[in-house]
Amino acid sequence: MSNRELPLNAGLRTRRVNVEYLSRVEGEGALFIDVVDGELVDLQLRIFEPPRFFEALLAGRSFTEAADITSRICGICPVAYMMSAVQAMESMLGCHPSENIRRLRRLLYCAEWLESHLLHIYLLHAPDFLGFDDALTMAKTHAEAVKRGLRMKKAGNDLVRLIGGREIHPINIRVGGFYTTPRAQALREHLDELKWARDAAAETVRWTAAFEFPDLQRDYEFVALRHEQEYPLNEGRICSNRGLDIPSSEFLEHFGEHQVAHSSALHAVRKATETAYYVGPLARYNLNRDHLSKATRELAATVGFDRSVNNPFQSIVVRALEVHEAFTEALRLIEEYEEPEHPAATYTVGGGIAIAGTEAPRGVLFHRYEVDEDGLIRHADIIPPTSQNQRTIEEDLAELVGNNLSLPQRELTWRCEQAVRNYDPCISCATHFLTLERRDGTTG
Amino acid sequence: MASARLPTLAVFKFASCDGCQLSLLDCEEELLSIAQRLDIVNFPEASRRWEPGPYDIALVEGSITTIEDRQRISVVRKQSRVLVAIGACATAGGIQALRNSANVDAYARSVYPHPEYLSSLASSSPISAHVAVDYELHGCPIDKHQLLAVLLAFVEGRRPPIAQESVCMECKARGHSCVLVQGGEPCLGPITQAGCGALCPAYRRPCYGCFGVKEHARVEALMNHLQAHHGMGDDEVLRSLSTFNAGSELLIRIAERYRRPPPQDSEDS
Repeated sequence: MSNRELPLNAGLRTRRVNVEYLSRVEGEGALFIDVVDGELVDLQLRIFEPPRFFEALLAGRSFTEAADITSRICGICPVAYMMSAVQAMESMLGCHPSENIRRLRRLLYCAEWLESHLLHIYLLHAPDFLGFDDALTMAKTHAEAVKRGLRMKKAGNDLVRLIGGREIHPINIRVGGFYTTPRAQALREHLDELKWARDAAAETVRWTAAFEFPDLQRDYEFVALRHEQEYPLNEGRICSNRGLDIPSSEFLEHFGEHQVAHSSALHAVRKATETAYYVGPLARYNLNRDHLSKATRELAATVGFDRSVNNPFQSIVVRALEVHEAFTEALRLIEEYEEPEHPAATYTVGGGIAIAGTEAPRGVLFHRYEVDEDGLIRHADIIPPTSQNQRTIEEDLAELVGNNLSLPQRELTWRCEQAVRNYDPCISCATHFLTLERRDGTTG
Repeated sequence: MASARLPTLAVFKFASCDGCQLSLLDCEEELLSIAQRLDIVNFPEASRRWEPGPYDIALVEGSITTIEDRQRISVVRKQSRVLVAIGACATAGGIQALRNSANVDAYARSVYPHPEYLSSLASSSPISAHVAVDYELHGCPIDKHQLLAVLLAFVEGRRPPIAQESVCMECKARGHSCVLVQGGEPCLGPITQAGCGALCPAYRRPCYGCFGVKEHARVEALMNHLQAHHGMGDDEVLRSLSTFNAGSELLIRIAERYRRPPPQDSEDS
């Protein structure tokens, strides 16, 4: 923690926000903000999650192992890691899974969005808007909502388990496709529950849209995948609202990572301008609203969300709309499902550069591997969404604190925590893998 | 809070992916009933609530990889009546324990521009290497039904039922055809701790050992078989033994036999 002394009785314009252990986020982080005389003098979203060295330990492993190994970066969005990894390898090998495999992967990815988004909406974020420490406490007075959320989350998780084998670190994903593909009948057994869940998602949209949102509007550069026809999950070009439009293979030419002293996660910026950008539900929604189903677009209009959303506190509503879309899409994919003829496409082992970007629940997840002729990984780069959002979160906090110095200390602190949770930050993902010390020698 | 005092539960995280503690939230239907029988006083992934110890039961996820965490786990131990290590990181160092046999400086250089800030320990070790552990739940991730069974046994004052046999036993019980013998695939089921319900074989995938090696497993016998009948080379055997439970003493000892001497030039590209 900072050793700086703040003047006593300095009034509301000299404030310290110090959250030593951020809760309701995945992983270990802290928040530290100092304002002296109305001027922001220090602001750190600190990440002290210990390093796990994933990029380094991938060196020397087979290209077939990247999916299983990288899934262990994150217990919340393992499918995202597995999808980015296998698709990167397939693009390198010239392996083309069948359309039916492509659709089954999309269904699996929808299911992961569901469990992840519903975890965040109901268990991690809604308690902020309603003033509870957690969802279990919230359940005492909002039992119906919490039960609805848990049941919807289960509907998503049940699909991940059926297709992937288990909810956390699924076992049924491989380069080329799957080990075993589900029978149509096994999927169809979920239809009734998914229909219930789609309606419950509409209820979730109305429920969250009625929350009171702190005012924060910023001019973000939103970055997300964009596909010709679909709301983006597994495929698409990387686009922004400021004219960026590139294939994933050019990602590293446009985005870079910087190391900062107070975080063990690297900060990503746009290379050309050295500026922050925004990935995740808001970015996807603002760039791809035209590809949502008619039902989700109409639902959005009923709550006044048929527009670009620039207030990060409203990300909870956008997540709910994405939940509605994912249930709608899952129903369509199951109704149209044909079991693939072969569970996996074949390929010949080879080397090269393997690149893929997909839309993890929290935003663009980029993987790049250098693989030798024997199929062994020589170098790996993984850029998860939360490290891309880190600088944007800090900029949000700077503006938020400046605008809210009149709030009592407890409310200001809670408001700042809530602003961090707008991004559903996954600190386990963002930590690339080291513990840092601050330059003054205290632990960061 | 509740008028009759419920036993208190606290969740602690060390180096890990959050997946094992997520299993508790993935209990979905059972979550609210767990909360009626245990007072969840510390669970930062799910709550802002944070109460000081002592705690009746502590679930500990993750491995020890930093000096600070080595100190923190001993505090957790002192505060906790029963300490349960959950998952491959907490019970066997996790995949990050692969660093134990690598050059950590080279790892750091290959990931970060400023490795001088590094304060990581050279190794990733299980919780039991630092403090006494009452129970261990294996798996990467743990099985949520096992977790529920342990919590239930705790509130009812019973010893938790933790399977000690191999994946093969579960596989046979579920009636799968043998991936190793009939399927001709390199399956680690015979040496792997049960608990997953023989999941991979159910999907026609050979077991890859994510529940860790079972006590008294004949690891070398299986590896000899895989080398003789499945054409696996030393480096493939080494990789198959060096995954999510890489800090297991037994696996490290056996894996060393398949390791080639390091190249003279240790510079990591």
